[in-house]
Amino acid sequence: MLKRYIERFSWVDFLLKLFQVLALAAIVIGIFNTLSVARYSSDQWVTLIFAGLAQGSIYALIALGYTLVYGILLMINFAHGDVYMAGAFTSVFLADSFALSGFLASHPVLAILILLLVAVTVSMVLNVIVERVAYRPLRGAPRLVPLITAIGASFTIEYTFRGLYGAEFHAYPTVPALSGIINIAGYEIPRVQIVVLVAAVVLMLGLYFFVERTKIGKAMRAVSEDKEVARLMGINVDKVIMITFAVGGALAGAAGVFNGLFRPQGVFFFMGFIPGIKAFTAAVLGGIGNVPGAMVGGLFLGVFEAVGPNLILEGLGIPAVNQLRDAFAFTLLVIILIFRPQGIFGERLAEKKA
Amino acid sequence: MSKRLFAVLSVLMVAGMILTACGPKAATFECTDAIGCVDIAPDEPIHIAYMLTISGATAFLGEDSSGAIEIAIDDRGGKLLGHDILLTGEDSGCSAEGGQTAATKVAADPTIVGVIGTNCSSAATAALDTISAAGLVMLSPSNTAPALTIEGQTWKPGYYRICHTDLFQGAVAAEFAYNELGARTAATIHDGSPYADQLQQVFAKRFIELGGKVTFQGAVNVGDTDMRTILTTVASDSPDVLYFPIFEPEGDFIVAQSSEIAGLENTTLMGADGLLADSFPENAGPNVVGMYLSGPYVTGAAYDEFLAKWDAKFGGVPPSGFHAFAYDGTNILLDAIEKVAVVDEDGTVHIGRQALRDSISALGSYTGLTGKLDCTDKDFGELGTSHGDCATGGALGVFQITEAELNGAWPPAAVYTPGE
Amino acid sequence: MIKTLQENFRIILRYGLLGSVIALYLTTIGIVETFAQRNLVGTSVSLGHVFLVFGAVGAGFLVTRAMKEHSASIAAAASFITGMITSILLIILTLVIQVFVIQAAGQERVFELRSMFVNLSPSLVEFLTFGQGLVLGNLLFALFSGLMGLIGSSFVLLPENWRRAWINSLIWVLGLGLFSENVAQIVRELFSSSLNKVLFTNKALNPVAAIVIFVITFAIGYFGINKKTRAKWEQMPESRRKRGRTVLIVLSVVFLLVLPWTVGLFLSQALFIIGLYVMMGLGLNIVVGYAGLLDLGYVAFFAFGAYTMGILTSTGPLGRSDLTFWTALPFAVLVGVIWGLLLGFPVLRMRGDYLAIVTLGFGEIIRILALSNWLAPLEGGAQGVLHIPHPKIFGFAMDSPQSMYYLVVLGAVLAAFVTIRLRDSRLGRQWMAMREDEDVAEAMGINLVQTKLLAFAIGAAFSAMSGAIFAARLGNIFPHSFNILISINALSLIIVGGMGSIPGVVVGALILVGLPEMLREFAEYRLLMYGILLIVMMLVKPEGFLPEATRKRELRSGKEQFSDQVARSES
Repeated sequence: MLKRYIERFSWVDFLLKLFQVLALAAIVIGIFNTLSVARYSSDQWVTLIFAGLAQGSIYALIALGYTLVYGILLMINFAHGDVYMAGAFTSVFLADSFALSGFLASHPVLAILILLLVAVTVSMVLNVIVERVAYRPLRGAPRLVPLITAIGASFTIEYTFRGLYGAEFHAYPTVPALSGIINIAGYEIPRVQIVVLVAAVVLMLGLYFFVERTKIGKAMRAVSEDKEVARLMGINVDKVIMITFAVGGALAGAAGVFNGLFRPQGVFFFMGFIPGIKAFTAAVLGGIGNVPGAMVGGLFLGVFEAVGPNLILEGLGIPAVNQLRDAFAFTLLVIILIFRPQGIFGERLAEKKA
Repeated sequence: MSKRLFAVLSVLMVAGMILTACGPKAATFECTDAIGCVDIAPDEPIHIAYMLTISGATAFLGEDSSGAIEIAIDDRGGKLLGHDILLTGEDSGCSAEGGQTAATKVAADPTIVGVIGTNCSSAATAALDTISAAGLVMLSPSNTAPALTIEGQTWKPGYYRICHTDLFQGAVAAEFAYNELGARTAATIHDGSPYADQLQQVFAKRFIELGGKVTFQGAVNVGDTDMRTILTTVASDSPDVLYFPIFEPEGDFIVAQSSEIAGLENTTLMGADGLLADSFPENAGPNVVGMYLSGPYVTGAAYDEFLAKWDAKFGGVPPSGFHAFAYDGTNILLDAIEKVAVVDEDGTVHIGRQALRDSISALGSYTGLTGKLDCTDKDFGELGTSHGDCATGGALGVFQITEAELNGAWPPAAVYTPGE
Repeated sequence: MIKTLQENFRIILRYGLLGSVIALYLTTIGIVETFAQRNLVGTSVSLGHVFLVFGAVGAGFLVTRAMKEHSASIAAAASFITGMITSILLIILTLVIQVFVIQAAGQERVFELRSMFVNLSPSLVEFLTFGQGLVLGNLLFALFSGLMGLIGSSFVLLPENWRRAWINSLIWVLGLGLFSENVAQIVRELFSSSLNKVLFTNKALNPVAAIVIFVITFAIGYFGINKKTRAKWEQMPESRRKRGRTVLIVLSVVFLLVLPWTVGLFLSQALFIIGLYVMMGLGLNIVVGYAGLLDLGYVAFFAFGAYTMGILTSTGPLGRSDLTFWTALPFAVLVGVIWGLLLGFPVLRMRGDYLAIVTLGFGEIIRILALSNWLAPLEGGAQGVLHIPHPKIFGFAMDSPQSMYYLVVLGAVLAAFVTIRLRDSRLGRQWMAMREDEDVAEAMGINLVQTKLLAFAIGAAFSAMSGAIFAARLGNIFPHSFNILISINALSLIIVGGMGSIPGVVVGALILVGLPEMLREFAEYRLLMYGILLIVMMLVKPEGFLPEATRKRELRSGKEQFSDQVARSES
């Protein structure tokens, strides 16, 4: 027994395990130190967690677009973050005029639905165009080639919108109906965060049923299993891929408006880049290609970002911890992938295919 | 067949050479300048350049400066000494490598006499070697890093700056916070840009010197949208003042999210010239009312005239606060060219490059839009000797944003002007 | 004729609308008007015009090609109509601007069109209608677009000799106008400023010079000199060709050596930057091209090299030693190798796109750490490392781009040499086996851990070396210089050039790094061009410009086809 164990021992695994243990120890020490200093009240932690959840639900919506496309084409749609930007950027102008005309105050639900419709349409159409122009002609090309066209598409979209709408920063107006706070178990949470979180979760559940229960969803799953066989079964593979991109784009567009509702500032042509990378990280965290994984990954990443730096890094005595937030999020990704190379929900199969 | 072509080619070559030879006769002027002269034939323009950040997130700074340069040239009818003024623009970006590349491009053109630029100090630091070696003068409208004009640090001959450094602005902000607002505790946030980092360091240092206490010095990253985390940390000490000399959109997020954080109710928000842009109040939302911004303070009839010209030419107001420095810098450059130029009878102009530098360095008292400028060498005590630091610190102020600015008025009124 | 046109109306309409959408796109993103003042030839042909007619010319070309089987006159008529159709959306645009921008000016409105589409200005209407008012101007514009359609058709319809000559001279004249600044520098450096004045005024080609160049290039194209020399070359006996090749190699070495002294300061700087990317590309080529490990965080090692050089040699307060550039360089490379091993280690078990995101994360982690207050006492944080001295050789400071160019060429040659030796070694074959299939490679007895780590370490070494040279040239480094764009650029250039191929890396760097440097005046449209360039090049040449010979062979062989099919059915 022991002999067999020694035979199978590899120094790589040993060092990786050691790294895990050290990382975990650092996290535990950090949390313990922070909490023992008690610089922050539980109110503050809860506020941060809810803000993180709202942010995470936006990551999750974008991550779903990555994961759907990855599941079917095994490619990283690098331009997806910019598809999210396109929707958010376009409807900010409409939102502005709604606010000016008083429509937003008098008919908030209708106004937001129109904003959603516009953003969803723009992002959806754009994603489909990107697929048609930059990816479809390259089916069967080496795997890195679509990655490069995706990077190209990302630049093209960013600077096209910069040309169209200018380089200035814009902000969504505040929606009077959504401002204010809701009291949950004694904690005061901004109403808009709850609304965004609930709306995003509803959309995600809708997507889950779409993929699992509808005929098109079935076709999508079939195509992601095996394109050739799906084709033989009479499925129009190109059409299914197009629908996948359309659905992914639509979710990104919705995420753009939700983001504008609860974090109105900073709408400009480059706003999609960082959320795009974060969402991709979330998708990988959850196990890329896996729909529930993307949801959980997004929420997890959002919360982690919100509390992580203060909770863990501050306890380790590091100055200016917020600056390190992104670095810390990526470090977490590395640690988790060392534990589970296929992500939290990923199947072993995914690893084989990738 | 190819023989015939060869014949055609050689005829054309010869024709080209004759054309070249037929140019204006060389003048009898002899250049005695230590680092050479620029000779401008009667039909040629006087060539100056700018190196600003034209693309990327800081493009508004470049627009602000380049517009002012164009207005300064327009004010002279586009002419100097009877020659047209030709302005070439280069994008130096807000990075060291961008500055260096732009500098090589400017330095490669021997007709260029002087440069207005750069916006960002990191670009200037990398550009100076090349610019100085090429014998050019460079006047910056918005480099605020102190080291750029200090001998033995990054200073190189030929460099001048019109704007005030971080040392001035950080100190003014700290003095305002301590003396005028009566603040005793402060927190600072920077965004990882050398400018913001330096400014908050100077602020913190001065604030402590005055007797105040700095509770927290934090940082966010460009691209961050969630400021609640860092604001929560700030709030745990409830400082009197939060100083964040950063840019849009990160500044917008800090202002907007500050009202959601318990513990910041009595904290006064203070930004710097990075946020002194007309789009800021509208984007950041109602929380901006009452907050303070430090930045260039320019006033007077001449300045109003300048703003009117801007509105006529570009529409609206300048997008940032450094245009007046760019305008003054351009005028100093053009005046100096006018002063040192040797004009032949046929209208040929000779400009000695060292003479041009000497002329600007000797400029002891120049009154521009930004008040009194003094480009002579100065002794900065422990910091060392400074060269070409033209600002006297007079053109600095602290502004307060009110309901009016939120509804579109711009610029805000100054509430504190140490120079006056 | 009318009948044939009617029958083909769908084709005409389709291409016409496509051209129209392109013209509308280019106009609304502002590129047409921005460059309306940038003259290419005289004061009549501006870059804005070129962008404006791009859609019409392209549509005319495509329609003519699609109607090849019909007679030339029919095809020409079709292209004219197509050209006219391309003007439709722009004509509508002028009307929209007239109604919603010009007439709406001064009124209080809830929604202002121009606050959304910033480029829809009154002056744009002026430009599009040639200042002739809406009715006449738009008629003129439609006619003009039709003529441009005809020009498009001329690329197909003219007889072989004429077509070659026509395209040749167009490319030359417009190209010289476009690259005027760069050409002017070379002319100034090689000949004189007075010749420069004969050629250019204010960046635009002088009309007379343009005509002369047009005639010359037309003649060259017409008589097909290029083709003939090539044919002659191919007819030569093998021995003479071999000698010719030797001469060619010697000539190109001489060319590389004198290059910086003929192109002036700025282009030397561009060459220097291209050289840096060649070096990085060669390193990344080992990781991605040979070992098949997708690394999106290559900039991390570049940063390690630059910061090591900075901290070791800086004369400022952050300098930790008195080393010179030459003695610090090995340390910079060593640090790169060590971090290549350290960062390679956690990703040993990850594959494919998991690897991509984690390496991307490493790149960001390193940049953020470099920026952080936490490490600022060590390496300057946001203030960067200043006062990095230039390399000195025999007391001569290499402070010009020209001298640094030689350094970087030397480095690139070294990298190429190492790459070639490694590729043909046992290790190289192990990498390629691993690239094809990790599991099979392991089963064949290849030590994956060792092979992977070596790929990371050697790739990192070259990146660190170029980072060190970058720092020494720049004199001061800031964390912002080490952003993800560098990784993306390095990856793109090896794939555009042709993965695994060494000449491909050079070509890729020339296209993706050199071209944007030459087109600096495009400012905010530079990255747009870059993006479009990436897409177009991958669509046209998915295998890259100069793919590796063995890989090309593999792609053609039956075995690869089979595995390709397997891969496709898997994906």
